[in-house]
Amino acid sequence: MLIDVHAHFYHDRTPRQDWRERNQSRLAAGERMGITLHIASILGSWGATSPTYFPSPVDLDYANRWMLELQRANPDRIVGYVAVNPNFQEHALEQIERYLGEGMVGIKLAASRRADDALLDSLCRAAAHHHVPVLQHVWQHRGRDWPGQEASDAVELVTLAQRHPDANFILAHIAGGGDWLHSLRAVRGVDNVHVDLSGSGVDGGMLEACLDAVGVERLVWGADITLDTGLAKLRYLEHLLDSDDVTRIRWKNAAVLFGLPTARDTAS
Amino acid sequence: MIVDVNTFVGPYPFRRVPDYTLRHLTESMTRLGIDQAWVSHLPSVFWRDPMEGNDWLLQATGEVATVAPVPAIHPGLPRWEAELDRLAQLPISAVRCDASFYGLDPTGQEVHDLVRACAGHDIPLLAAVRLEDGRQRHPHDRAPELTAAAVRSWLRVDAGLRLVVTHADRAFIEEVHFGSTPSEAARVWWDVSWVWGPPEDHLQLLLETVGIDRFVFGTGQPMRLPEAAVAKLDLLDPSVEDRDRITAGNVYAHLGRTMGGR
Repeated sequence: MLIDVHAHFYHDRTPRQDWRERNQSRLAAGERMGITLHIASILGSWGATSPTYFPSPVDLDYANRWMLELQRANPDRIVGYVAVNPNFQEHALEQIERYLGEGMVGIKLAASRRADDALLDSLCRAAAHHHVPVLQHVWQHRGRDWPGQEASDAVELVTLAQRHPDANFILAHIAGGGDWLHSLRAVRGVDNVHVDLSGSGVDGGMLEACLDAVGVERLVWGADITLDTGLAKLRYLEHLLDSDDVTRIRWKNAAVLFGLPTARDTAS
Repeated sequence: MIVDVNTFVGPYPFRRVPDYTLRHLTESMTRLGIDQAWVSHLPSVFWRDPMEGNDWLLQATGEVATVAPVPAIHPGLPRWEAELDRLAQLPISAVRCDASFYGLDPTGQEVHDLVRACAGHDIPLLAAVRLEDGRQRHPHDRAPELTAAAVRSWLRVDAGLRLVVTHADRAFIEEVHFGSTPSEAARVWWDVSWVWGPPEDHLQLLLETVGIDRFVFGTGQPMRLPEAAVAKLDLLDPSVEDRDRITAGNVYAHLGRTMGGR
């Protein structure tokens, strides 16, 4: 078993003409790697008709519907996050209710609003109510504003997580750019924040630092947009850890976090 | 057979890397089935005289049969030519020049003189585009990344140059390859360490557009997990044949000092 908690797909209204090929490549490479479940989101139109990190309600609804169709077409290997923009509160809450009701398993927050902003509170209450995690896009130590997004860093995510102790959060792509040591210091001891290992970074020492900061218990495996680096981290973890611990990172932690049937099977 | 052209020993000044010894490198090679490695001395990249690390590197690598040294040349320092003359007589794989880390203009006269000298000695020149992701560099780590324009200029300076460029991404490789004549582009080899695999499939694409002859295996270890370079080859489409040209064939065919002549 292997669960990717941070996957993305594309659709026919994104700027990418090769969207079919990229989706197919993810699934084909996933098969070669042994990925049994892609937990995925689509970020609006990926910039076609609204910015990737500031998606419009229309684009979000189209993307979430597309994501749900992917989930229904591949029920054994794809499940979805409902992606929302907190600036459109009513729409965000409506999308959450609708798509979680349709079987999606998490909430994806990109970078439309800082993670510690009060506008996220209602969304986090919904996550806690539905017992689904929030995957929060994070820039590891945002030293300045970056164009195209209102990025958050781990300190802001921890502030949100401490306001919502009944909700679970996933700090996105620890290897996705920025100072991961800063993030790992921030999440140490904050039990409702899990760290996803995705991102193109494969820095020597990073996985050891992750294990030191949050332990095996709060690490979940993911790839984001580079499956090869995800596979590399998995292989290195197999070198570092015993098989039981690797199994937790491969899928067991995620299965519990998302309340997947596999977790219930395991428990029984 | 796998030859890793992109490895380092020694500590990195800007963050902790758990183990950077030659022993760790050889253990890692064994774990991943890497048969041989070209090794550079990491601390001296940041020294005022990076050539002061060469003797240590030569001695350390001389004691291990599966590794070969890549000493450094700083062409902005007096008598660098004498150091290159000396190295040319020794079992080295290549020499490296991290011009921007030395405070040199990569398109300037000093580096172009080094390019000519390397061509004259028939020694491959190795250069890294970067050592770390630019988004995470230490506040004091401000050396500019190597530019594609600089690499193109090197290829034009001397038709005898053989160049190995590490840590380059797809856009960089394409800019140099298609911004050069076929004969210029045929004298540069790219390591795979910074090229993305699926689902973006940059490596797969480059093998089709730039050609498999242009790629060599490199990891960037220990600053990068060496598993990444192996994984991206494992995830290539099964239709890609002759993977061993990337892992060793191109190095042996075109970079004659592969293991310093050993």
